[in-house]
Formats: sequence, structure tokens, C-alpha cells
Amino acid sequence: MYRGHLARGWRRSRGPDAHGTTMSRSTYEQPSTPPTDPPETHNGRLTTTRIPLKQFKEDAELAAADDPQRLFVRTAMRNVANTRAKTEAMFGSIQSARDVAAAIKWEGLQNIEAMLLQFEENATKNGINVHWAADGPSVCNQVIEIMRQNNARSVIKSKSMATEEVHLNHALLDAGFEVVESDLGEYIIQLRDEAPYHFVFPSMHLKRGEIKDAFDHKVSREESAPVASDDPEALTMFARNIMRQKYLSADVGISGGNFIIADSGAIAITENEGNARLTCGVPKIHIVVVGIEKIAPKLEDLALLQTMLGTAGAGQLLTGYNTVYFGPRRRNENGEGEVDGPEQMHVILLDNGRTKLLADPALRDALRCIRCGACLNVCPIFSNVGGHTYGTTYQGPIGAVISPPMRGTAQYGHLAYASSLCGACTETCPVKIDLHHHLLRIRQQYTVAKPQAAEKSAMNWFARTMRHPLLYRAGARVALTFDGLLRPLHGTRLDAISAWRKRRSLPGKPTQSFTSWWQSGGKQ
Amino acid sequence: MKVHLFIPCFIDTLMPDVGIATVEVLRRAGCEIIYPTGQTCCGQPAFNSGYTEQTRSIGRHMLDLFKDAEAVVSPSGSCSAMVKVFYPQVFAGTPDEARANHLSEITWEFSDFLVNKLGVTDLGARFPHKVTIHDGCHGLRELGVRDQPRQLLEKVKDIELIEMDEARTCCGFGGTFAVKFPAISNAMGQVKCESAGRTKAEYVVSGDSSCLMHVQGYADKNGPAVKTIHLAQILASQ
Repeated sequence: MYRGHLARGWRRSRGPDAHGTTMSRSTYEQPSTPPTDPPETHNGRLTTTRIPLKQFKEDAELAAADDPQRLFVRTAMRNVANTRAKTEAMFGSIQSARDVAAAIKWEGLQNIEAMLLQFEENATKNGINVHWAADGPSVCNQVIEIMRQNNARSVIKSKSMATEEVHLNHALLDAGFEVVESDLGEYIIQLRDEAPYHFVFPSMHLKRGEIKDAFDHKVSREESAPVASDDPEALTMFARNIMRQKYLSADVGISGGNFIIADSGAIAITENEGNARLTCGVPKIHIVVVGIEKIAPKLEDLALLQTMLGTAGAGQLLTGYNTVYFGPRRRNENGEGEVDGPEQMHVILLDNGRTKLLADPALRDALRCIRCGACLNVCPIFSNVGGHTYGTTYQGPIGAVISPPMRGTAQYGHLAYASSLCGACTETCPVKIDLHHHLLRIRQQYTVAKPQAAEKSAMNWFARTMRHPLLYRAGARVALTFDGLLRPLHGTRLDAISAWRKRRSLPGKPTQSFTSWWQSGGKQ
Repeated sequence: MKVHLFIPCFIDTLMPDVGIATVEVLRRAGCEIIYPTGQTCCGQPAFNSGYTEQTRSIGRHMLDLFKDAEAVVSPSGSCSAMVKVFYPQVFAGTPDEARANHLSEITWEFSDFLVNKLGVTDLGARFPHKVTIHDGCHGLRELGVRDQPRQLLEKVKDIELIEMDEARTCCGFGGTFAVKFPAISNAMGQVKCESAGRTKAEYVVSGDSSCLMHVQGYADKNGPAVKTIHLAQILASQ
């Protein structure tokens, strides 16, 4: 019933027609409404005062100076990476598994329009209402409309980065609905009004005391007795008791989705806490919000994809709970049949910039991402600056790769420069996204999207010098000689490399260059 | 074997001893060295900053310079990777594509050349010190240089090699990254230096002088008291 008048999404307005399967830039041009640009964050808290580059640099500086926090995050990430390495060693060949997982996801993307239409057809047969959303406001409006049509008041949510991306919680709260996150990590940051720190481990940056603090001060005494201690079990039981009431009282359960299964018209969800099962199964209405890149061609593909997700993400051979949702409860005209499960199930397929990425052949493979977070776990940038510094929904290497094309290269291209290009991410990615080389490609796009006049003329000068050996030799001699003479300027704004010199020394000045040595006898 | 030597600009200008040691080791391994003196830079700073045209104009100079080479060897994982891995991408679809692909094929990182091209691991070196290895990222992940330096060090007399926990973690140099994002770069340098410090090694050894410049630069101002040395310099010691 919603399909007709709510489907205002990209496919209807700008997407490919239902009969064609070829993809081209023109059929995948961006939607008429630009994607929402969520507010910037400051240590995860919403603020609107700083431009993204400035915010990133300032927060990176603060985070990098916080040694104990860096050690805390680094240790956590190192533990996950070690566990992952042990689990990967149990594979016959993790490299072949990566090849196949990448190929499955790639097949889905190369045929994405046909796959999504196949999903829609099969899901509709299963009794699911499929909706299409071009951008954030479209998702939020469609969810609110479903809520209103069913006189729903309250929502229980399981973990969903797609809803984080479009700021669904704020939209629902603004519209007067109650929203509670049921994933423990998400619940904690919801209480603290923060963005997820890591898109798989949203509250990994917090210590027990800080979590107890949130429970003590952000949960009303009518809702629950105080938490007994900062013991992990006590903290978990506290949240569990609150959740159990919410599952029963919520009118609507909203979840994300890990895989959209085209041949079965089903949604697969992977989780460790069992909260998604209750979110999706107990309330009368279940709404899934899922990015279109989560497409997987066949049900049997899950055998590998779910294994890769669990292994790459957390070093688990398989995540605790893997559930495939085939639709609402099934009953005949007389109301006979299944007695549990939601009465309605809706799936909202979200674009929000993904088709822009799809339209760029050089970066398209980034849509293979299964959001396991492995690239964050091995990233030395992430472990030194933390997740909130990125100022984007998706942190770490994958965030630096997808945020510029999805949200604006001029605004977010700096994230591609904030990398030493070490390649630990690419080496780890279970679906073989060419992550660190994409950062180079985005840098090339950035020089066009946001030209830096001074840098460009410096590069022109550099190229001219390096084409002429005599200029290069003279330049090197001058630089070495003058650096000594310019000592009084060291560390000031006139010092071109003060950023280096502040905390690092430079090598001493050699008596001669290698070339001089060669010419003065080294040749023999 | 005739070897064309590719000496990166910062080694030429700032660390000539690394180049000199490279010449000595390659000669000891029986190579005849040719050094085209018109060398400048491979263009990596322009490439990493996103400037393709400027990279090509510098790269063409390299293509001209080494057009007659049989094998090109460089004592830098990073600059070798620029030529070997990135030149074919930079010149793809341009008239210089074939030349770039050819140069890529004949270019070798120093330790990889010794071990996998010449099949030599024992250079008759002696270095009576405790050392730890830093795997430069470009060598490690673009070129697969991981075991080669260890195989070479294993044959050095009186050396003691202690692996650090963070051997494969980036040192934080990253070229222009080090000055564009100094806070992050320093934090990474700190992680690397502290890990090296825990081994109590006298030297951090690597096949990449740019990483070593960063590690030494950080260690000099913040500790630990560790020295850095290029692999070629250890292999040249007797």
C-alpha cells in the first residue's frame, strides 16, 4: 500500500528504467535533492560551527595528544586484529575466500538495478513492502509516515549505520516519537548523545566508569533502579532489563540490514547480542533501512559472506546470531497461520550518494564494503586520532574513501590526505577493496574539486626543477646552505618545514652529495 | 650483471652514505654499476599530492634516463614502488605507457634484487650490534619485501636481530603527510619509536631511508636513544 505513493526514491525519479540493465553515468546521475549533509561533530557531539577540514585537524591534534586514550584504543584494536589473525588461520585459504567474497559482492554491484528489482519482486511476494529512498529526508519521511498511518508512538532500534547516516533518531524525536537503541554500544552513546566512535564498536572508546556514569545520570529512576556497579555484567544486566520492557512496549522495530538477498526477497542480519531478533520479531511493525550496496545475489552467498563478516570484523568464525528475515508473519484470509513475528514488514532501500560512487568506475569497488570494520582495526591513523575525529558517519579508511564521493569531495577530500598510505587496510579488507590506492585517486579528484592555488604552483615549480638536473642540483645546494643561515627563522611561520621541526630533528648536512661522490671518483 | 642505479633525491642530497654503501654491496655481489648522473626525483611527492600532470612530466625524465637499462636497482622501497607499481598507472593510456611498463618490469628494490634476482644472501658482512627491523610500508605492501632483508641480515656475522611488536606498523612519515598532519604523523612516530625502544636495540634498520629519517628525527627529540641505519650500510660493514 505504501509502494505507490511513498516510492519517491531515486529509482522512480532518476534511476534506471525497469527494463534496462546497462549502467551509465547518465542513468545514475545524482538525485534532484542533494544528499543530506549531517551536522559536523565535535568529539561525537553535534555542532555546526566548524568546517570539516578545520574540525578534523583540531580534533586530531587533541586526540593525538591524549596518550592514555590512544593506548586504550590501540590495545583494543590490536586484540581484535590478533583474534582475527587466529581465526583467519583456520581457513583453508583466507586469500581465496577474499577473492570469492569480492567476486560475489562485485556481481551484485555490476547488476545492481536488476538485482534490486528482483529483490523487490521476491520481497513483495513474501509480503514485504519495499520502498525506495533517494536521500536522508526521504527515509525519515517514509518512516514517519509509516508510524503515523499505524498510530505508532514508540520505536525500538537495533544497530543500523544507514539510520545513523540519515540521522533518523533525531528526525523521529523531532516528530515526537520515542526511540531507544537496543544494541548495548548504541544505547550507551544514545544516552551520551554521541555519534558512534567506530561503526562496528560504537562505544569502544568508553571505559566502565564512563558507562556507569551514563547509566547513573541519563536513565531516570522511574525507568530503572541504579546500576549496581561498574562490573561489565552489572552494566549489561542493567541495560538488558530496560531493553526487555522496551521490546514489549515498542510499536515499531527498526533495524538495518547486512545483506539484501535478491533471489529470496529476504534481509539478512548479523549480530552478537540477540537484540536485533527481538527488535525485528516482537513489535507489530518491522522497518528495515538498508543501503542498496548491501545487495547479495543468492541466499547461498551468505555461507561465505556471513563468515567473512564475522571473521574480518571481530575475529569470530561466525557472529553470534545470523538471521534471515523473509517477511511478516504469514496468515490466510481467515487470520490463521503463524502466531508470532511482525504483522507488517517494510524495507527501505537507501541511495544517499551510493549511486554517485557507483557512477565512478575507479572507485566503484568501495561499494563492495560489508561494513566489517577490519580496515579501522588495523589503521594507524584511526588508532591515533580515534573515530570521532573523522566527523563522518563512517570512520577510518573506508570512511575516507566513501565520504568524499558520497558527500562532496571538496568538503571531505581532506580525509584522503590524512593517511600515510601504508596499505594495512587494503591488505586486510575481506572483499579486497583497493582502499589506500583509492585515497590516491580521491586526492587527484580533490585537486580538481577544490583547487589549491599555492600547492599547485609549488608542484609546477617542483616538476620544472626535477626535469632539469642542473636546477635540481643548484636547488639542493641552496636549500642545504640556506637552511643553516635561516636558523633564526626555524619554528616560525616563515619556516617552510616548521611542522616537521617542532617535534622532529632533520638529518645533518653531508659534505657532498652522492652524485658529487660518484663524479669525484666513486665511479671507479 | 650491469645494473643501473636509481638513487632517490633525498638519499643523493641528505644521505649519500646510503648510496655509497649500495654501490659497495652491489659491486661485491658482482654487479657493474652505471649511475646516470642526470637523476633527480621519481615524482612521488607530486603523485601523492594528487598532481598527475606534474608527476608525468617528472616521470618522463626518468623514462628517458633509464631507457637503455637492463636492470634498475634502488635502495628505497618507496621510490622503487613509485616506479614499479605506480608508473604503469600514471602513464596508462598515454604515449609513454609501453616505456613505463618496461621500466616497471626491470626495476628492483635493493634487497629483493639481491635475494630474488641475484640469489645472493651472504655478502660477507660483519656488524656486531643489536638491531631491530622496521618494514617500510611501500616495500612491504606494494612490493612484498618482508623476508628478503631478514634473509640478508641472517648471514651478517655477530649481528643480533630482535623483532619489535610494531615492525609492520607505519612509522608515520608518509611524505607530505608528515607536514600536512604533523600531530598524527608524530603520534605514529611515537608508537614506532617506543616499540623499537622496548627491544633495547642499538639500531633500527630498514630498506627505506625516508622512514629512517622520520624515526631518527622523532627519536632524537623525544627518545629513545636509538640510531637508524639503512640495510645497505649494514651489508657494507666488514
